[in-house]
Amino acid sequence: MTNAVPLYVARETAARSVGVEEVLQRILEVGKERGISFDVIRTGGRGLHWAEPLVEVGAARIAYGPLEVTDVEGLFDAEFARGGDHATRLGSLNDHAWLKGQTRLVFERMGLGCATDLEAFRSLGGFGGWERACDLGPDEVLDELDASNLRGRGGAGFPAAIKWRTVKEAQADEKFIVCNADEGDAGTFSDRLLMEGDPFCLIEGMMIAARVVGAARGYIYLRSEYPLAKEILSEALEAVRQDGLLGPHFDIELRIGAGSYVCGEETAMLESLEGKRGEVRAKPPLPAHAGLFGKPTLVNNVITLASIPWIVARGGKAWAEFGHGRSRGTLPVQLGGNVKRGGLVEVPFGMTLRELVYDFGGGTLSGRPVRAIQIGGPLGTFLPENALDVPLDYEALAELGGSVGHGGVIVFDDTVDMARQARFAFDFCARESCGKCTPCRIGSVRGVEVMDKIIAGDDVNENIALIEDLCETMKEGSLCAMGGLTPQPVLAALKDFPKDFHGGFGS
Amino acid sequence: MTVWPKWDAAVARDLVVPHSNIPGGLLPALHGMQEHFGCVAQGAIDLAADVFNLSRAEVYGVVNFYDDFRKTPPEMPVLKICMAEACQAVGAEGLKRHAVDLAGGRMEIEDVFCLGNCACGPSVMAGSSVYGRVSPERLDTLVGLLEGGGE
Repeated sequence: MTNAVPLYVARETAARSVGVEEVLQRILEVGKERGISFDVIRTGGRGLHWAEPLVEVGAARIAYGPLEVTDVEGLFDAEFARGGDHATRLGSLNDHAWLKGQTRLVFERMGLGCATDLEAFRSLGGFGGWERACDLGPDEVLDELDASNLRGRGGAGFPAAIKWRTVKEAQADEKFIVCNADEGDAGTFSDRLLMEGDPFCLIEGMMIAARVVGAARGYIYLRSEYPLAKEILSEALEAVRQDGLLGPHFDIELRIGAGSYVCGEETAMLESLEGKRGEVRAKPPLPAHAGLFGKPTLVNNVITLASIPWIVARGGKAWAEFGHGRSRGTLPVQLGGNVKRGGLVEVPFGMTLRELVYDFGGGTLSGRPVRAIQIGGPLGTFLPENALDVPLDYEALAELGGSVGHGGVIVFDDTVDMARQARFAFDFCARESCGKCTPCRIGSVRGVEVMDKIIAGDDVNENIALIEDLCETMKEGSLCAMGGLTPQPVLAALKDFPKDFHGGFGS
Repeated sequence: MTVWPKWDAAVARDLVVPHSNIPGGLLPALHGMQEHFGCVAQGAIDLAADVFNLSRAEVYGVVNFYDDFRKTPPEMPVLKICMAEACQAVGAEGLKRHAVDLAGGRMEIEDVFCLGNCACGPSVMAGSSVYGRVSPERLDTLVGLLEGGGE
């Protein structure tokens, strides 16, 4: 293979969804015809979804994308194996503004090496956090976590150190670590990208967590919509087992969900892991005291756990140097929807949404004006275009009635009807409510009905008052965030886009 | 189009029993049966109740809760269309109408909420494959492919 040209191609859902396998196949075919052989390295996705299908060639890793199968002959004509010029040539991605403008800490290794090759992981600094955690005691690791001010990335933003300490101090014969990989919020894919592209990083984070809190068993609860992540995680877990770092002392079991959004709520997820209906539990007790099978359980999101190796290896202080206000470190933002350059943008807290949507995103894909964005998923909020100067920050967004959530930003152009989006919020809640509490189960259905009347123009003012009242009931009376936060996008749409509720959309 | 095997209690038992010893093994057991038989029908519920020492009502309650579990195997190719917000922003509703017009009687067209492909929408899923930037034209090609038995 001495003369083989290195060819880096992502093994990742988004790249596949737009045909990277077909492009790769064609490159290998044409290469054969022309006597050029390639050494194909299947990496994680670098998060430039707008440039997929994307390949990187040669030692200098010159990137070309987005490619179509029909571009391949032309690539060879342009001598792309030597970095030749072509309409799709992006140059070295490390020098590309879209990546250079980011601060990749959690995603620092993303796309650099083969995702399931443990040696590649080690050569890129993998297990640095684990090794330091072994040198330090559990209390020193907790000190680092304290210093980092890391907050849970799943949506609630709860300080990770407090949760870890609670589980560590809980007395029990058995404790569990559960990784919440039920990434169901629309507009989010950072968990998937990380699990497909750097699965060892998550495993390393779980190993550190288990050591600190004293757990001998971990679970990854993965949503069934992510079959490729399942495949890659299974391979990665097996590789770490072969290596001896996972075994009887601590092992991780991969569990697959079954299409329920509410199982992303931590107590519903625990029920599901126990083999039951995914209905939420009343809190207290907190899972940290009585979680899976009634035992103290540390439940963290994928990105939270994947942040741990960096924090432990480099120190919590180094992490906290990034960020804004009480939101420290970076957030892997997921830009999606109607956006020209969507993908994974990891930036320190404090960057404005405007910078994200325009500087990284390049505005809308349709070329029409941006009208609204949704941040924080179905339980997040809508913001109008003129509110985009808000910084990415838990408190700043909370002030606007929104939340960072899991960091998904969905862009809508001016064809979006916000009354229909409000209806959708209720409809989604009605479909996905676990049914345990009345405000959520019944309120969501009533919400759809009342929104239908508003959209039809029936007694609009009275019905809007009814919606506001209903939102209040759901907010105050629901057991969990599903019913409690569904009103959020509805009220935001009402506040900032009132015209759409008065038959004014498009007029 | 996959031809699903007929219910066979002995085969099913072999699929279920390995999960009966692991804590919370019911969901993996149900997944195992659905992967093999294409659904979790009454026989599967009865069997799981027996192996896990649960009432049939309890198992039915679990099966019924999760959207993934089907009562009958699919008779037509299944096309899942992402109807979540990011895909709505790039025309998922129009794509779904197109899909229903094109292949309504010949394919099972289901809504799905977020395939995690939000920067490459609209997205659809068939089998374990996700397809992105699905224009109506690309959907036509895909439907042809699925009906031809490919995936």
